[in-house]
Amino acid sequence: MQNLLEINNLKITTLRGKSTVRLLDKVDLSIRKKCSFGIVGESGCGKSITANAILGLLPYPLRVSEGSIRYDSKAGEMELLKLDRKQLREVRGQEISMIFQEPMTSLDPIFTVEMQMYEALSFHHPHMTKAEMREKSLDMLRQVNIPRPEQTLASYPHQLSGGQLQRIMIAIALINDPRLLLADEPTTALDVTIQAQILRLMNDLKERNDTSIIMITHDLGVIAETCEEVAVFYAGQIVEQANVVELFKQTAHPYTQGLLQAVTSLGGESRKLYTIPGIVPPGGQWAQGCRFSDRCSRCTEKCRQAMPALTEASPGHLCRCFLHSEEVEA
Amino acid sequence: MSEVKTNALLDVRHLQVYFPIKKGVMRRVVGHVHAVEDVSFTVGRKEVFALVGESGCGKSTTGSAILRLLEPTGGEVFFEGENLSLLSEEAMRLKRRDMQFIFQNPYSSLNPRMNVWKLLSEPLKVHFDLPPAELRERVEEMLNLIGMTPDQLERYPHQFSGGQKQRISIARALITHPSFVVADEPVSALDVSIQAQILNLMMELQQEMELSLIFISHDLNVVRHISSRVGVMYLGSIMEMGETEDVYRHPAHPYTQALLSAVPSHDPLNKSKHIVLEGDVPSPANPPSGCPFHTRCARCTEECRQKKPDLQATGPDHFAACHHIE
Amino acid sequence: MFKKNKTVVNRALPGNESILSQLWRDPLGRAGMIGIGLIIIMAVFAPWIAQYDVAKMHAKDKLTGPSAKYWFGTDNFGRDVFSRIVYGARVSLVVGIVAVGIAAGFGYLLGMIAGFFEGKVETVIMMVMDVIFAFPSILLALFIVSALGTSIVNTMIAIGIVNVPVFCRTVRASVKTVKSTDYIANARSIGLKKMAILFKHVTPNVMAPFTVQATLALSGAILTEASMSFLSLGIQPPNPSWGSMLSDARKYMERAPWLVIFPALFIIITILSFNLLGDALRDVLDPKLKL
Repeated sequence: MQNLLEINNLKITTLRGKSTVRLLDKVDLSIRKKCSFGIVGESGCGKSITANAILGLLPYPLRVSEGSIRYDSKAGEMELLKLDRKQLREVRGQEISMIFQEPMTSLDPIFTVEMQMYEALSFHHPHMTKAEMREKSLDMLRQVNIPRPEQTLASYPHQLSGGQLQRIMIAIALINDPRLLLADEPTTALDVTIQAQILRLMNDLKERNDTSIIMITHDLGVIAETCEEVAVFYAGQIVEQANVVELFKQTAHPYTQGLLQAVTSLGGESRKLYTIPGIVPPGGQWAQGCRFSDRCSRCTEKCRQAMPALTEASPGHLCRCFLHSEEVEA
Repeated sequence: MSEVKTNALLDVRHLQVYFPIKKGVMRRVVGHVHAVEDVSFTVGRKEVFALVGESGCGKSTTGSAILRLLEPTGGEVFFEGENLSLLSEEAMRLKRRDMQFIFQNPYSSLNPRMNVWKLLSEPLKVHFDLPPAELRERVEEMLNLIGMTPDQLERYPHQFSGGQKQRISIARALITHPSFVVADEPVSALDVSIQAQILNLMMELQQEMELSLIFISHDLNVVRHISSRVGVMYLGSIMEMGETEDVYRHPAHPYTQALLSAVPSHDPLNKSKHIVLEGDVPSPANPPSGCPFHTRCARCTEECRQKKPDLQATGPDHFAACHHIE
Repeated sequence: MFKKNKTVVNRALPGNESILSQLWRDPLGRAGMIGIGLIIIMAVFAPWIAQYDVAKMHAKDKLTGPSAKYWFGTDNFGRDVFSRIVYGARVSLVVGIVAVGIAAGFGYLLGMIAGFFEGKVETVIMMVMDVIFAFPSILLALFIVSALGTSIVNTMIAIGIVNVPVFCRTVRASVKTVKSTDYIANARSIGLKKMAILFKHVTPNVMAPFTVQATLALSGAILTEASMSFLSLGIQPPNPSWGSMLSDARKYMERAPWLVIFPALFIIITILSFNLLGDALRDVLDPKLKL
């Protein structure tokens, strides 16, 4: 396999009452090795459930109804959606790890940091001795710039600050040298000065350990700072995907343009901010035709009738809009 | 205490809020959280003043204490020349007609069992004795201002999106035509594409209704856009204060400099050059001696550890609390 | 136009259907409603449903099994079990409702006071509640009845007192939760009076858990009455009660199992029905579960 991870035609559904509702629609993504890939979108666009699906962590009644997620593991290529529970546990932590938005609730309050780090280690390395585990844990804490690592090991989560806890979460996630790190809004709950620390740390670790990162966020600033390649999600679909510079400089899709204008007009001359009208559609309740049609200022009759396909606007730059291609989604 | 600046609508002097920390069966007070420590500022008529800072800096507590939703432990707040701290509870309750509060989270600040009509008519019923027709008229007029229609009056909060809910809570705060409003992080619970809608609405209404506004936020970009003056808070104290553009262009305090540099840029080719602060914000239950920022400041000297700096002028209407300002 | 709106405004709950029809849509809620409906019909129309006088002894037909003449058989005095069960429903329901009424009334008041005013008042109220709570409820009820004397009224009072702490705690906990929400802070910032906040904002949001608690407590009260009657300290003969019927049947359990089966069955149906209704009510009263 050329890529580290290949998602093909992924569809995720949920149950609402007795009817099935589709939350994610035909998503294709390829993550190159040693790449930091950004997924950006607003609430209900399907960005988080995509990450959860990779690790088999979709909560009931969500489920993958179709598609494949192929992953190039240390032992060879595998289909993640076909793994049983035991195989999935082997993959989690060792091959692919995840960090979450809320560091405060991601660690168990009744165990010390030490116990939680050892737990992560001993699951994948049952023969490791206490001394080895301690050494490895201290090493990881130093890598994530925790001051006084010995003291931190003996602490309980409530004794540590949000920024420290997120570092520890990253340390635990990386302790078994995974090749892919899924970061679901890792800095949203943190203050800007702490966010700057954590983003710099993640960039450093990626360089040092050859880990690929999938960064899931609603913040275009975080994307601009950390990612090489970006996919923009809207209403359960990818609407635009490109290299980060291309995406910010040659923005193709009206939705991405709107998002960027909304944030950049904040520092701008005009007192009136640029807005995208309408509401963020809740999961599964999409507009007919192009799903952005009801909020788009450049919407035509065709947009209301048919859904545009995701096609190349320029080499390597995908966009789902009739402004760039007449092609209709099959 | 007697002289009151006449041009300012609101004058906050040496505001202090401490929360007791209680322990054990007897609930003995073992210490205090120093949430707000000696904060002073003024807000003029029709002015938008922003309080910006990171979580736990005391900006929200300051907002609540001004409106006495929390009882301050010290200091005075003058509103139109009247000392609010001396008002009885009942007098303060009646004052709320002119002083309102907009909450951060529209998902939790609207009573789930009240429909829009009840939510919007309630403040009017509390403060005015209006005949039904006029009540209806005032509600519909407000509804129109926030871009909603009368057919939505019978719906309940859970039937609206986050942005619409925040519109309703703004309407609820403004329907009595207050002259002063505290807005506590009014857009931070909303999606990016919705934030701009709500900010535009707030700016429009601020102009139209000639409001004085205290805008509390952790989002530096939003603050820059909406406010004319700003106070930067850290660990319960104002570190820097002045005209917003001036503070953003020429930050005088090392904390403000670091804070502004930490904001991610939206240009992948021109990433911001962060001044990355080491360490964490100290606990407000056990604040450091001297300057509150000295534990993380690169320019810290012995003086900073010993003595807390006062706000001093660094330019016209620009103040900073630092011993090392040239 | 304004008038029309007013009626809508006064509706207690969000949504467009009544609570009853929403309960009916939930299969478990429906089962509970049917069960309770049957028991209520039995209690109300007992004189028409029962075939015989509850106290009448058919000397010739002692301990006969279920038959066309005696649907549920007869007991050791030759009394018709079916008729006694039908009249027993009256006792169970009356005792349950009155006892829960006492418990809910006092519990609500004390819980509101404790939750809303806090401070010393709360400490004292909760201390008393904890003391009551510390006793096993059946023991405490028996103790109260033996102090007051055994009678149907005293039984109801005893069961009522025993259940006060549960209501008090439920109400206090929900008052405190509601009080700390943003919408109460919002109501204060609007300028509402304390009492207006209590009645307009706190009470409606406390009613939901309170109603659920009342439904569940009903089943508990009926069970306590049955247990007390089983121990001969509840309803006194010749008044039929399901508990005392079970108690009397102990000696004949092997020879006449119907004496145990039928009262037990009705106790189970009643308890189960109230519990199902309580659970269904919990979902229906939660405004967030509706879309």
